[in-house]
Amino acid sequence: MILEAIAREIRKDVVRMHRRGSNVGSALSTVDILVSLYFDRMNIPSPDDPTRDRLILSKGHAAAALYATLAQKGFIDRESLSTFLSDGSPLTGHPCAELVPGVEVSSGSLGHGLAIAIGMALAAQHDGKEHRFYVLMGDGELQEGSVWEAAIQAARLGLDSITAIIDANDLQGYDRVSEIQPNGTHAGRFESFGWAAAEVDGHDLNQLSEAFARTPLEPGKPSVLVAKTVLGKGVAEMEDDLGWHYFNVSDQQLDPFLKELDGESQ
Amino acid sequence: MRQAFLQELTAIMERDPSVYLLTSDTGFHVFDDFQKAFGERFLNVGISEAAMVGIAAGLASSGKRVFTYGIAPFVTLRCFEQIRVDLCYPNLPVTIVGVGAGLTYGSAGVTHHTIEDVAVLSALPNMTVVCPGDPAEAGAATRGAALLEGPCYLRIGKSGERQVHEDSGLPDFTIGKGIRLREGKDIALVATGSMLPTAIEAADLLAKDGVNPEVISMHTVKPLDEELVKDVATRCATIATLEEHVARGGLASAVTDCIVLAGLNTKTLRFALPDTFASEAGSQEYLRVKHGLRAADIAGRILSNG
Repeated sequence: MILEAIAREIRKDVVRMHRRGSNVGSALSTVDILVSLYFDRMNIPSPDDPTRDRLILSKGHAAAALYATLAQKGFIDRESLSTFLSDGSPLTGHPCAELVPGVEVSSGSLGHGLAIAIGMALAAQHDGKEHRFYVLMGDGELQEGSVWEAAIQAARLGLDSITAIIDANDLQGYDRVSEIQPNGTHAGRFESFGWAAAEVDGHDLNQLSEAFARTPLEPGKPSVLVAKTVLGKGVAEMEDDLGWHYFNVSDQQLDPFLKELDGESQ
Repeated sequence: MRQAFLQELTAIMERDPSVYLLTSDTGFHVFDDFQKAFGERFLNVGISEAAMVGIAAGLASSGKRVFTYGIAPFVTLRCFEQIRVDLCYPNLPVTIVGVGAGLTYGSAGVTHHTIEDVAVLSALPNMTVVCPGDPAEAGAATRGAALLEGPCYLRIGKSGERQVHEDSGLPDFTIGKGIRLREGKDIALVATGSMLPTAIEAADLLAKDGVNPEVISMHTVKPLDEELVKDVATRCATIATLEEHVARGGLASAVTDCIVLAGLNTKTLRFALPDTFASEAGSQEYLRVKHGLRAADIAGRILSNG
């Protein structure tokens, strides 16, 4: 399947899953990044292969997109996606590594992923292993101070096996990210901390693929790709609408949304 | 205690190449030899307690065993949520070493006191909480922590603590098992952490008045040695708990819970810090005097029956 088709199937699964629960918009904005990583860039022979590359979903509220990606990858049963958020299901609203094969780190509290990646990258370096570490963060997440504690150390330690991806959809819980944090740019902030940064269209699979292929952007520095994205990407009613941080998909909306994702209504 | 911890950790790191030590910019000159001996397995992560916990989690989830080190309030309370989510939730073998716990840094002021750490860390699933009572226990607890499968908080003082156990150390020390230092009757003094030498002193004072208390080192607050508490509570009419920590959520709460849940009606006395912050500069000794935590105060209160 070509990457665009995989992304479409994942988006449809994400929309189906969000008949329960919130964060469908955030999940949809990460889909192309995840597809580029899991189906093009990352080497993951199996979820427990010790040589595998790792993705840490630091913005754990996009869990549905990760589950749907892992299902497309064959690491979890695609049928199980329908249990998302239901009683007794392993598919919690924020992912748990102990419950779901392929989830590397339990997340959901923002600002944790980057520091954990540093520890993993150090262990790999000391053990002479060459796998790579990807940390997917939200742009609002960058307001957490712990991100910058970790950003200092990743650069100081020269961990070029780490690539952070910022899902920059410019919406957070209550407002636009650019309103809450108006000064400077995400890339500029990381660069001033000693990282190598690039901006990329987070929905252009070719651009994403090319950008990942260029990492590490500079040897000896961690890389950050600031991926410009749209909350709710793929469903016009959701796109760039903060409400879809919270709404779930009603029975009436489901079919029209799925048809739109299949390109039937445009 | 710090020296005992360092000696033991040095031996562990010499034996086991998977062990790491991280510090959040604490231990000036203390770690000079570590840096030389262990190179990349010793890392100062900077004044970044949250990042230190995350980095430790990443290392531990990659097969390493990690000790994190810093001044007690900062490596526990400052990064509490990282401890909860990154260490306890995945149950990773990381030992947090909080140095200068309790009122060790008395005159430094309230920011440097650690009087609530046992309560909040004990509340975390998977967490083990150990408060060694003297240098020998600190060394033995370090050995024990290095064998645990999950996270541990090692609450130690700084330096100059009195030796309670023999120099030969504690070959039978087990995390989760209290140590009976004196057999007694009528009353038991159950101490944790740096109050252990005070318990011994108080017992000596009581002996002069014809009371011969049992003395227990309850170095592990979680999991509590419930068998020992129940045994003592059955044989003694009164159990006194001693800790340099607030009573709520500390050893006092743990022991009282155990007694009540066992259906026993043993009387309890708690020697602990009050539910308040210090309102002045004061050394550890000064603040202990203020809060009735000297041996003489303890013996006096016991003799006057509470």
